[in-house]
Amino acid sequence: MANENKPKLKMAVYWGAACGGCCVSVLDVHETLLTIIQHADLVFWPIALDTKYADVEAMEDKSIDLTLFNGAIRNSENEHMAHVLRAKSKILVAYGSCAHMGGIPGLANFSTKEELLSRVYDESPSTINPDKVRPQHEYKVPEGTLEIPNFYEDVCMLDQIVDVDYYLPGCPPQTERLVEVFLAIVSGAQLPPKGSVIGVSERAQCEECTRIKSDNRSVDRFYRPWEIEDDGVSCFIDQGVICMGSATVGGCGVRCVKGNAPCRGCYGPVPGVTDMGAKIMSTIATALNAEDENDIIKAIDSIEDAAGTFYRFSLPASKIRRKIQ
Amino acid sequence: MTRYTIDPVTRLEGHGKIEIFTNDDGEVENVYFQVPELRGFEKFCEGRAVEEVPQIVTKICGVCPGCHHMAAGKAVDAVFGVEPTKTAKMIRELFYMAHFVHSHIAHFYALGAPDFVVGPTAPKAERNVLGVIAKVGVEIGTEVLKQRRIAQEIQALIGGHQTHVVMNVPGGVRKGIKEEERLDIVEKAKGFVEFAKFSMKIFNDVVLANKDYVDIIVNGPYNLNIHSMGLVDANNKVNFYDGRVRVVDTFGKELLTYMPNEYLDNIAERVEPWSYLKFPYLKKVGWKGFVEGQDSGVYHATPLSRLNASDGMATPVAQEEYERMYATLGGKPVNATLAMHWARLIELIYAAEHCLELALDKEITGTDLRNKMYQTPKEGVGIVEAQRGTLTHHYQTDERGLVTKANLIVGTTNNHAPISMSIKKAAQGVIKKGVKVDDGILNMVEMAFRAYDPCFSCATHSLPGKMPMIVNIRKPDSEIIQTLRRD
Repeated sequence: MANENKPKLKMAVYWGAACGGCCVSVLDVHETLLTIIQHADLVFWPIALDTKYADVEAMEDKSIDLTLFNGAIRNSENEHMAHVLRAKSKILVAYGSCAHMGGIPGLANFSTKEELLSRVYDESPSTINPDKVRPQHEYKVPEGTLEIPNFYEDVCMLDQIVDVDYYLPGCPPQTERLVEVFLAIVSGAQLPPKGSVIGVSERAQCEECTRIKSDNRSVDRFYRPWEIEDDGVSCFIDQGVICMGSATVGGCGVRCVKGNAPCRGCYGPVPGVTDMGAKIMSTIATALNAEDENDIIKAIDSIEDAAGTFYRFSLPASKIRRKIQ
Repeated sequence: MTRYTIDPVTRLEGHGKIEIFTNDDGEVENVYFQVPELRGFEKFCEGRAVEEVPQIVTKICGVCPGCHHMAAGKAVDAVFGVEPTKTAKMIRELFYMAHFVHSHIAHFYALGAPDFVVGPTAPKAERNVLGVIAKVGVEIGTEVLKQRRIAQEIQALIGGHQTHVVMNVPGGVRKGIKEEERLDIVEKAKGFVEFAKFSMKIFNDVVLANKDYVDIIVNGPYNLNIHSMGLVDANNKVNFYDGRVRVVDTFGKELLTYMPNEYLDNIAERVEPWSYLKFPYLKKVGWKGFVEGQDSGVYHATPLSRLNASDGMATPVAQEEYERMYATLGGKPVNATLAMHWARLIELIYAAEHCLELALDKEITGTDLRNKMYQTPKEGVGIVEAQRGTLTHHYQTDERGLVTKANLIVGTTNNHAPISMSIKKAAQGVIKKGVKVDDGILNMVEMAFRAYDPCFSCATHSLPGKMPMIVNIRKPDSEIIQTLRRD
């Protein structure tokens, strides 16, 4: 534990394009917050504190010891704050699936900016907009000019915008993992090499899952979760339902599977893997009862929305990355 | 012309902004409330297998994910043409009551109460949840945290994931409730009922017993004469999970009522070039601008509007409190924005009482968890009441059940126009020639929108209830002449 004379750690938490769930995971430390504030001063956290952007901009470079940046980069404000916080922080952590891999907002990269705006402001059946009004970055009203951030062409993850020191994944990260990482930092423990994914186990979800896996898998085709009668005990892949557990690193406590829902990969890839889709395909191939290539193709074809399932949380981080006009 | 820029209003997702323009006499000319964010869920739900969507849309909001999961789950039921089994519906509703208990507790104690329990013009350093605890005692503060934690535990037990719930499948739920779990929930729900009644008592003792506060609620610049929306059951009682949407007019008479699949005949949305968030209004009345009154299409969807739109509460203690509120405030409808806090506590009592009712019914431990009589998937609308307003999810699919179109009207979106109007009215009421715009004045403006418990401030629900602000007072050429800050 930290030396009592040691200066307190200066810490910041910020959100880009996010849902708030990551900030809730920080709040969920409950009583441990008392331990945390013994060792750290929170200097910027819009959800809880009064520090303003201007205050952060006025801080000395590298004056924040640790910043947890959650959320993806969707607009000009997100990007601006990513640059500001990179400059002000000694350690910048991409916190949660969106900052790590693009997350659910990253699914927007299946569409172009124009398709997104058109859906929301023109095509939406409840929207009446005969003049095709669109929100404008700058708009003159009688009293002056109003501004809102620029909506970008696509969603980026944090390290596509700025240099990132560590990644702490999950949607949201398990609070226990955050506490472990925090206590390691304040205790002065040797930090892992820059670029490490922290707060995860060394192995795949599959190896931490309590569902029973068959030794001879023989899946003929894949089913939607509602097409089977889940027995609550057997591995989803054995039951013919796509589960991302074999491609996903452990650390979450296999929460969704315990709720009888297959894993969708929010914790990101197992060590050594960059593209989750490629990894899950190899798992699927070994589970199939396939005589030849045709059987494999047939089985793969039975997967609905394979891209949207395999890259549910990682499209901006994948080789596909985004739709090009 | 002087321009007051409140930027950022923290605890919005990313960034929120209020622009106040005053004329040379120091009177408020106009106010713009801007929401600067868009993620486009409507578009990227397209192409997804529709049964995956309830797990995707939870990521709209990490504080009220349960609401999106429920609206989506109901829309998916409709896509497959199935009604959930009785047990499944009870389990969903039980989860949902715990979700309301957790959220309403947090809003009242962390956001609403500081203005009343501590005081609207109390020193700013005390006007937060810690100030509330200092006033009511640490013991009560601990109880607040405990009850909220218990509500979260029930959600995690039933929902499968403590934040982004995964419980709904077409026609039902993935997991049942065991008898020992039911008995445990019964005890916890009894605690909720007592705590909800106790919270109402605090409101009585601290707020209603104080003439000044009652005067602010009734006569302050916090009145908005607009229509009221809420989901009601067959007896026109407030219902959070199911029923039909009812809108009563500014006189308290039923203006319209619709089932989820009729929402497009009744609600329309307007786009303004200065905000990414749209402005819904009553389609049959039409958009008449940011104006109040019987002829306006503007409505609100809040705890107060739900009570206005109903004929009462479906549980006994909540019903008593409902009657008392309207008797005290002079009958229906109530237009006092700050009475939303009162209405929220009445809803808290209902959620607690209904949570207990559901847990006491042994049928909730049934094993018939899913209605599998699926039809060819096509189209469905699901509507629930989110804590912050009526929530509509609408999906269309191809015959394989892949989403072709999605449309969402989210709780707080309903209130975009009302919040803008309430802020303007409050600003007009308190910012006048010769009045020094200080922290207390800012808080009076802020109280207007805090009552709505807006979801773009979604994660604020467990945090101090003061809204940190910087206000730059600028000359028309944008030169800053004074900066006020409230920490």
